[in-house]
Amino acid sequence: MSDSKQPKSGFGLYRPGKDGKTTEAQQSAPEAAEAEEGEPVLADTAELDLAADEARQHVEETLAALETELVGLTQVKRRVREIAALLLVDRARRQFGLASSRPTLHMSFTGGPGTGKTTVALRMAQMLHAMGYIRTPKVHTVTRDDLVGQFIGHTAPKTKEAIAKAAGGVLFIDEAYYLFRQENERDYGQEVIEILLQEMENEGGSLVAIFAGYPDRMDAFFSANPGLSSRVPHHIEFDDYSHDELTQIAELMVARESFRFDDPARKAFAEYLALRMEKPRFSNARSVRNAVERSRLRQAKRLVELQRPLTKNDLITITDQDVYGSSVFEATGSGPDDDETGAAQPDEEGASGDDETA
Amino acid sequence: MRLRHGTFAYLPDLTDDEIAAQVKYALERDWPVSIEYTDDPHPRNVYWEMWALPMFDLDEPDGVLTEINDCRSTFPRHYIRVLAYDASRGRQTTALQFLVHRPPNEPGFLLTRTEGSDRRQSYGLSSYATTVATGDRYGQE
Repeated sequence: MSDSKQPKSGFGLYRPGKDGKTTEAQQSAPEAAEAEEGEPVLADTAELDLAADEARQHVEETLAALETELVGLTQVKRRVREIAALLLVDRARRQFGLASSRPTLHMSFTGGPGTGKTTVALRMAQMLHAMGYIRTPKVHTVTRDDLVGQFIGHTAPKTKEAIAKAAGGVLFIDEAYYLFRQENERDYGQEVIEILLQEMENEGGSLVAIFAGYPDRMDAFFSANPGLSSRVPHHIEFDDYSHDELTQIAELMVARESFRFDDPARKAFAEYLALRMEKPRFSNARSVRNAVERSRLRQAKRLVELQRPLTKNDLITITDQDVYGSSVFEATGSGPDDDETGAAQPDEEGASGDDETA
Repeated sequence: MRLRHGTFAYLPDLTDDEIAAQVKYALERDWPVSIEYTDDPHPRNVYWEMWALPMFDLDEPDGVLTEINDCRSTFPRHYIRVLAYDASRGRQTTALQFLVHRPPNEPGFLLTRTEGSDRRQSYGLSSYATTVATGDRYGQE
């Protein structure tokens, strides 16, 4: 529906919007009409102070939150800072009227379970929003189930629906490698990848896609889909946490829940971590959180069995007794350890991955 | 003759940006948006064909615009409208409804007068376009 066909439509009433604006602008200042959104283009000799950019304030806040919330992950933090800098400079360039295409910011997050991929995605969305790259600081998390249909012709609408829901924000595709099944060439996952590619190529699109998953399987996924790999310029790797970092994470989590470890408990927890890290299906921060949760459980049981009035100190202290109760300390390790759910259930990551920040 | 239908009927045709702004308004109020099309624009024809499914749980209008454009390319010579339902009253209430596409030429309506007994006159209205079978209306190339 173009307006040019009916220049006299609308009974010649004043119409707010394009027509009125351009004529007004042309009358008063012809050069202002060239600038997008009425922002004046800076002169060639002008100087721009990046520190004064108000968007930068928000970005710094977000980056600071990332810094305090997440232990370790120096590489990831550096990449996030680089991307923030890129967008900041891009904004500055636009203020000088320099033509540049919108930078492509589709990303892949690879890392073991519980390394903070979802949390970083949330922070990334906030940062991109602060820089005006996306319209809402929203992360729409999907897995294979949300994208792939069950019969022919079911996949495209499902994928488009997911894209529509994520529009203006970030589409976070968890366990992205499940989209591609090498052993079945008629798998509908291929269709999803094609539709996603189309959407990612779309210049006017306002979608940032983040593909997340475990490193080895994501490598296989990207090498099997070279078209996808070449359209994802930012590959961010999340390293597994070291023992020290995990201890710090535990301290942070406990403090956030208004608990604290007493000194023997701290030592016990470090021992616990060393043992737990050796065991299979260790999922980094998520395992730490599960361990803390179960320590709380044992603490509660112990307090109830004390049969005496409790002090505030009782309520906030987790003792070594609560930590040593874990089945990890059983020599055989045959007892039912309720810890190991993280790696087995991919769905859990979306829901719980961000809890380490909560 | 320009068909006047729904909200904004007496305004010039909305641009895509303006459509997006209206859709955003609807989505902010939790009104699910749907798209309908027809080539029988009789004022009493309230049942237009539905394009795809109503779109729930959206935050941004991009998805709706994509569907509108799909519908436009499939039915370039139909009328297409966007509906927003307000379900908060527990029944289907059209809160907003406006045209987003119209055929390139609109021949208008024929008014027929039929004389009955005692010089009583009854009026009928039919679109010139509906003399042709559905699908071939509004000038097929």
